[in-house]
Amino acid sequence: MVLALLILVPAVGGLASFFVTQLFLRRTLLVLTAITNALLTAFCWFVRPEPILNGWISLDSAGLLFMTVSGILFLTASVYAIGYLAKEPKEQQDSDEGFFFKNTPENIFIACLQLFLSAMSLVCLSQHFGLLWVAIEATTLASAPLIYFHRHHRSLEATWKYVLICSVGIGLALLGTLILTVSASAIHNNLMISELMDNSQLINPQWLKAAFLLFLVGYGTKMGLAPLHTWLPAAHSESPSLVSALLSGALLNCSFLGILRIHQVCVYSGQSDFSCRLLIFFGIFSMAVAAIFIIAQKDFKRMLAYSSVEHMGILSLGVGLGGTGVFASMYHLVNHSMTKGMLFLAAGNIIAYYKTRTSTDVKGLLKRARATGILWVAGLFAIAGFPPFGLFVSEFTIFKTAFDQGHFFICTIFLFLLAIIFAGMAYVMLKMAQGENPDGIEKESPLMVVPPIILGIITLILGLHIPGFLNDILNEISIIFGAL
Amino acid sequence: MNIADTIMIFLILTNLSLLASSRLNACIKMVALQGILVGLLPLIAVKGPLTIYSYLLALLIIAVKGVIFPYLLKYTLRSVDVRREIEPFIGYGASIIIGVIALIISFWLSMHIPFPEKILSNSAPAVSFFTIFCGLFLIVSRVKALTQVMGYIVFENGIYIFGSALFIEQSFLVELGIILDVFVVVFIMGIMMFHISRAFDHIDTDKLGEAKSRDE
Repeated sequence: MVLALLILVPAVGGLASFFVTQLFLRRTLLVLTAITNALLTAFCWFVRPEPILNGWISLDSAGLLFMTVSGILFLTASVYAIGYLAKEPKEQQDSDEGFFFKNTPENIFIACLQLFLSAMSLVCLSQHFGLLWVAIEATTLASAPLIYFHRHHRSLEATWKYVLICSVGIGLALLGTLILTVSASAIHNNLMISELMDNSQLINPQWLKAAFLLFLVGYGTKMGLAPLHTWLPAAHSESPSLVSALLSGALLNCSFLGILRIHQVCVYSGQSDFSCRLLIFFGIFSMAVAAIFIIAQKDFKRMLAYSSVEHMGILSLGVGLGGTGVFASMYHLVNHSMTKGMLFLAAGNIIAYYKTRTSTDVKGLLKRARATGILWVAGLFAIAGFPPFGLFVSEFTIFKTAFDQGHFFICTIFLFLLAIIFAGMAYVMLKMAQGENPDGIEKESPLMVVPPIILGIITLILGLHIPGFLNDILNEISIIFGAL
Repeated sequence: MNIADTIMIFLILTNLSLLASSRLNACIKMVALQGILVGLLPLIAVKGPLTIYSYLLALLIIAVKGVIFPYLLKYTLRSVDVRREIEPFIGYGASIIIGVIALIISFWLSMHIPFPEKILSNSAPAVSFFTIFCGLFLIVSRVKALTQVMGYIVFENGIYIFGSALFIEQSFLVELGIILDVFVVVFIMGIMMFHISRAFDHIDTDKLGEAKSRDE
């Protein structure tokens, strides 16, 4: 019942929003959906709901964690959206090229936000690989109109790339799902995760490896692993900042869940060497590509997008290392979503005040908009992995896992790339924050400042202390995904 | 020669003619024909007796891939006022040669993969690899957004043929979900092509980034 509500409430809210014409009512509907979703997810922490639809839809530890992260991010983003949409003019001028453009009608935007939440919930709750595929493709479809909010040629290009690249990638994952069926042909009901885990000795290893490779490449496209990440910078740069926050903080995670599910099957059937090695390789490669493109990146939203590629690489690396690396990786996931969400929302404020996405045109942020400036500088240190923020704990643990396992080469490269990325980002972000401010002080709307502050406080708390309930659920997930 | 082999041969022919043709109208007809052929597969690629679901699925696939998609594509073609694919990245002669080489490689590959005992026909896995390749090739080597959408449809057809070739029976709900997803993808791409043609007066995807992006 609760599970059905988790999927249906945003879906119904989304469909209803298409038809609601009153502005205030529509925006209230968005926030109401977000609050209901958050409450339902919180309820699931206390009482694990029963599976429905023959076990196709069921909540396990990983699903609960991912849903919580998405829920928190969606709640803050929807409150931010109220302030953001109130400020958006009917027609505006593009800062880079000077043409005039309009926005997508607001009812489509608000409707697609909620349909997007519904699809993501379905991904987290799917226990059947076929249903998982349908859900992940649905997230692509629901988020495409969100990226095309500002209607001009650049966002059109970004949306086209996004839809085409992600759909082809997810198509490859469909081929992987079919190959998984072949590998598990000896098992009845063979796309259910629980069946595959119970009968893992009956799975054909060769076909399973082929399936894993296709899943990794397919869902990895959606997740942003290099070299399949090419849609990511444009999509994050052109979409409104709250959409970028949701893409980076929630969507990429849900695609990672798809990869984790097949990794789970590989671990249980003894092929974990193969899958771990590939995960480590793609992880390091993503970090390297991100490091190269972050240096001297003029568009600060693109820079944040490449930072997302880097952190997805770290997630992949952590899970590939196994053991405590899986725990660290999941902890990293939570902290990264909070921090990246905070950064993107702050970036949205910067764009609203300075009307530009070029970092060299932004100066004196701390003087002009104090709250956003503080968030921006704090966000820099948070995302780079400084204590006392949460990402320090997870990155350190991943480093320690690699060290304990004797992968000294990986340790060195890991630290080296983190240092480069920090240097690249610090140079850009600190220059934006400091300096003189010739224009006046901006009056900051609380709707656009309080949500990122909340996200920042969460990641600060998580850096100082891991709450008991979080520790328990992270332990449960680690056991499932290979900390055997 | 049984009906499965016949369908496979026609599928190969539709793929090759897609690689060879620059006339977008002709390409749409080929995509429609391929959709109908793929729609016949649920009726012959069944392990047990034909159920109502097989007929429903066949009907659905023929309706969506054989009728609705070509209609959507033709409608987009009319509204963007484009007739031909001119100057693709890889020329048409070279495309056919690459296609034939890909066909040979697909057959070689399918001979060396140890498939489970029962497959639809000796050529079915090879045709599925070839169709997937043709779909990806169309996306990569062509310039017009419309051809890229057709490439995606062909790519998804290839994946479906693979499923049929190995008698993979999915739950009807999942099949329905997959068809629905593919339909919405093509629908959204159609809407976007309309926007592209309005913003640019053309649908050449290589010219979409007219303001050069910062780092690429």
